[in-house]
Amino acid sequence: MTLKEVVERLGLRVFTSQGVGDVVVTGGYTCDLLSDVMGNAVAGNLWITMQTHQNVLAVAKLKDLAGIILVCGREPDQDVLRKADDEDVLMLGTDESAFRISGRLFALLEKS
Amino acid sequence: MLRRFKTDLHVHTCLSPCAEVRMSPARIVTWAKARGIDVLGITDHNSAENIPAALESARRLGLQVLPGMEVTSVEEVHIVALFDTGEAAEQLQQIVYAHLPGENDEETFGMQVVANADDEVLGFNQHLLIGATTLSVHAIVSEIKRLGGLAVAAHIDRPSFSLLGQLGFLPDDLPLDALEISSAVSYEDAMRRYEPTLPLLQVSDAHKEEDIGHSCTEFLMETVSIDEMKKALQGRDGRAILR
Repeated sequence: MTLKEVVERLGLRVFTSQGVGDVVVTGGYTCDLLSDVMGNAVAGNLWITMQTHQNVLAVAKLKDLAGIILVCGREPDQDVLRKADDEDVLMLGTDESAFRISGRLFALLEKS
Repeated sequence: MLRRFKTDLHVHTCLSPCAEVRMSPARIVTWAKARGIDVLGITDHNSAENIPAALESARRLGLQVLPGMEVTSVEEVHIVALFDTGEAAEQLQQIVYAHLPGENDEETFGMQVVANADDEVLGFNQHLLIGATTLSVHAIVSEIKRLGGLAVAAHIDRPSFSLLGQLGFLPDDLPLDALEISSAVSYEDAMRRYEPTLPLLQVSDAHKEEDIGHSCTEFLMETVSIDEMKKALQGRDGRAILR
């Protein structure tokens, strides 16, 4: 399933301004420990987290992730958002919890 | 004249809910003195309320206590602050308390005992000291710097509550003075594993009696002050860390 479809189907907010591409989402990874994400997330994954520190951008880039979904209504601050735009990292958001959005993403990707 | 100072710069008192209740400030200072420690950093979780007792106990026994605190950031990273004066630690405490939600549950997390230098209980702190503040690591380090303190990333070798565990790597715009390693890793191994861009401090992070001084850092400097310690960490003016 493409990123664009996932964003539409899950009703995700899009924080960054570069637009949502048609890349294929390979899966999801849910974790707030950046060290673990660096070790275990897979390229093309959507990363589900409540961590909004700017280091998330470098990790997403390093692992070539499809994007970051911030949960529980969390939003990136202006500095992080600017950096995300500069570095072309897609930042998304939802009011739902990590548990719920992970479950919905999993179901969506299983069906496709 | 330069001399050697044996330091243990990360020690918890009975104010930290996870520390042994018998870790009163007066006893810690006594134990540290017996173990040949010259400088003790008192760093309770998100509070400095046992600093006055530690300073008074240290004055009586002729040992130096550096007032400090181990602050938990919103990212759940532990940052250790060390100061020259109890007043500076108290100022940091005010900022921390204003950003620390919740109330302690003694049954679940443990008692938070405030004591005096005569080993008497003055009261029980009610803040949720085990919890996280709503302050970012950057905000915490910047407040520590504004108050003239030393800002150190706690126990970077641990997977939990450490800068490297929570944030993956050291943010390049974070003005820290040093990185701590616990006794679980040797200095040589830590140098190899992390290739740190900042000086390493070996500390005990003691929560119980037997751990005090278990891991120490030796400073070569003139007197005990934050300024002298910064010089030693940076290897300036003949000051140094002795490995």
